[in-house]
Amino acid sequence: MSKEPVIEAIELTKTYNGLKAVDKLNLRIEEGEIFGFLGPNGSGKTTSILMMLGLTEPTSGTARVCGYNSTREPLKVKNLAGYIPENVGFYDDLTTGYNLAYMARLSDIPEGVIKQRIEEVLDTVGLKGMAYRKVGEFSRGMRQRLAIADVLMRMPKVAFLDEPTAGIDPRGIRQTLDLIARIAKENKMTIIMSSHQLAQVQRICTHVGIMQKGKMVVQGLISQLGREFLGGGRFKIEVRLAGVAAAILEAIKQVKGVVKVDRPEENLLVISSRDDVRSQIAKVIVDNNGLLEQMNVVSYALEDIYMKYSVED
Amino acid sequence: MQGMMTVFWKELADDFTSKRFVILFLVVLLAVGFAIFISVQAIDALKEAVTTGTHFVFLMLFVPPIDLPFFMRFIFFIAFLVPLIGIALGFDAINGEKSSGTLSRLLAQPIYRDSVINGKFLAGVVTIAIMLTSIVLLVSGIGLNIIGVAPTAEEVLRLMAFIAIGTVYGAFWLGLAMLFSIFFQRVATSALASIGVWIFFFFYVLMFAGIIASFVAPVGETQLSQLQNAEVQIMLMRLSPIQLFEESATFVLGPEAITKMQYLQLQAQAASKFFTPAPLSFGQSLMIVWPHLVSLVALTVICFAISYAKFMREEIRST
Ligand SMILES: Nc1ncnc2c1ncn2[C@@H]1O[C@H](COP(=O)(O)OP(=O)(O)OP(=O)(O)O)[C@@H](O)[C@H]1O
Ligand SMILES: [Mg+2]
Repeated sequence: MSKEPVIEAIELTKTYNGLKAVDKLNLRIEEGEIFGFLGPNGSGKTTSILMMLGLTEPTSGTARVCGYNSTREPLKVKNLAGYIPENVGFYDDLTTGYNLAYMARLSDIPEGVIKQRIEEVLDTVGLKGMAYRKVGEFSRGMRQRLAIADVLMRMPKVAFLDEPTAGIDPRGIRQTLDLIARIAKENKMTIIMSSHQLAQVQRICTHVGIMQKGKMVVQGLISQLGREFLGGGRFKIEVRLAGVAAAILEAIKQVKGVVKVDRPEENLLVISSRDDVRSQIAKVIVDNNGLLEQMNVVSYALEDIYMKYSVED
Repeated sequence: MQGMMTVFWKELADDFTSKRFVILFLVVLLAVGFAIFISVQAIDALKEAVTTGTHFVFLMLFVPPIDLPFFMRFIFFIAFLVPLIGIALGFDAINGEKSSGTLSRLLAQPIYRDSVINGKFLAGVVTIAIMLTSIVLLVSGIGLNIIGVAPTAEEVLRLMAFIAIGTVYGAFWLGLAMLFSIFFQRVATSALASIGVWIFFFFYVLMFAGIIASFVAPVGETQLSQLQNAEVQIMLMRLSPIQLFEESATFVLGPEAITKMQYLQLQAQAASKFFTPAPLSFGQSLMIVWPHLVSLVALTVICFAISYAKFMREEIRST
């Protein structure tokens, strides 16, 4: 508990006409983390983000950003935080440059640096030379990039990104998220990002939390969750044999690094291990006169974890 | 403060370049042109009066001293059209930004929420002031050319007072339109609500005032009953910002002009032989106008107070 969290939610609750949109959310996000905020539609992600930014008042509980209370000191919070809202919008009949400059002026960026910053950030998000185009002419994906450019103008300490990749094509999603990850790393920026792109979240996020009906059902380091999902080990190895003798089973359990062995089917073993022990297992099987048909390492996907925790009722 | 000025400059540029403002401004110019045409003809007919110099000749451009139907008068056009401009500048101030998704980003910047309302309001007020000033200057320029008489110092003061009153009047409508733009989520709804209020004050108040007055103080044989009826009617009509504006503009621009109520009062006084007709001094005009102006400002402040109360703690969700 030595380090102060950048984003902190304590028993954060929001009720709309008796319906608990967010229910006692507790959250700690530390500096430099990229937190993937997952959950089905209507599970309360956007509502949580709004409360943390001071754009709506919590029914109870507190949200803090860098130690500042989001409800009582919203200006301090907004000084530190960048935000891409769910359905991001721009002044369509104004130019890209004007849109960026307007928000920059509002956040007190000196007039002298604004112009140069605009060129830089547009270049960074792949909209080079578009400063004089009207935003009304932009496609959905271009707007999304512009939204990221808008956040980059200020280079905030914390960024709240509500579905920043909605409407971007697959290659664009990859590029955008890589960009976000790179910038976060270079600038020690802390990011909380809601998304439905599980594979991408797995790729760039360090931590994830899954919301379900306003409650955070699982939360932690992405690698840790994966390990839990794989049954305690880091690797899951599937072995298919012509026939499984008790001796083989015992021998495999003795292999160093193996945590657990399951036998979901007659001829299928699922081995959870701390290391990649495929060659040792192969040797054990051969030594015990087993006939190895197939062996492969199963990697977990965030999607599996997601499906496990976000159950429908 | 910084935030408010940033919003102000952006909105001012938006207001002046918006199509709806340009269109309405052209409509106003057309109406004013018509009014001036009539005035100039009237002044031609009153050439001797002009030369004797006992009258406010220059102001006659705006308030010709002839019997005109009310809907052909300069002040009527302004009273009629300035609300439309105020409404046009304000009806989508907040909900427009909500539906375009820019409000979320705007309010995620480190500025106070009221600086958004204040900046937008101020920009609208300045737009209205500039518009009124340019109209007055335009008319003055034409007038100078045609009648060849320069305004006296007092006339200039009176014209400035008129611009100020017109701006306050426009500010009320702007404030009202912005209030609706905060309360209604849909732009079409807030526009209709503002127009509804405008129609109500313009047509219904006049009708209702007449009807109610005839119940409260029926007109009888005596002059006193006529006076009382008129007083009730005027009191009711003064609930309307349009009436407040028309009266104060008339007092400021036409020192010799008299309202219906004054006319009756004067008649009553004349009956008791205390009546001495004399134009009101600028100070006197202001004294009469002052309560009207305070009422208009108060109405605007009420709109603002309600707007703040609603907007300051509202949830800003981009949907
Ligand atoms: N203004 C509101 N009034 C009433 N209920 C609301 C309001 N805003 C949101 N809700 C409800 O709160 C719940 C959480 O909504 P929220 O927008 O936070 O979901 P989300 O996790 O962001 O979903 P999505 O993935 O679709 O963006 C939903 O059940 C929604 O219906
Ligand atoms: Mg959402």
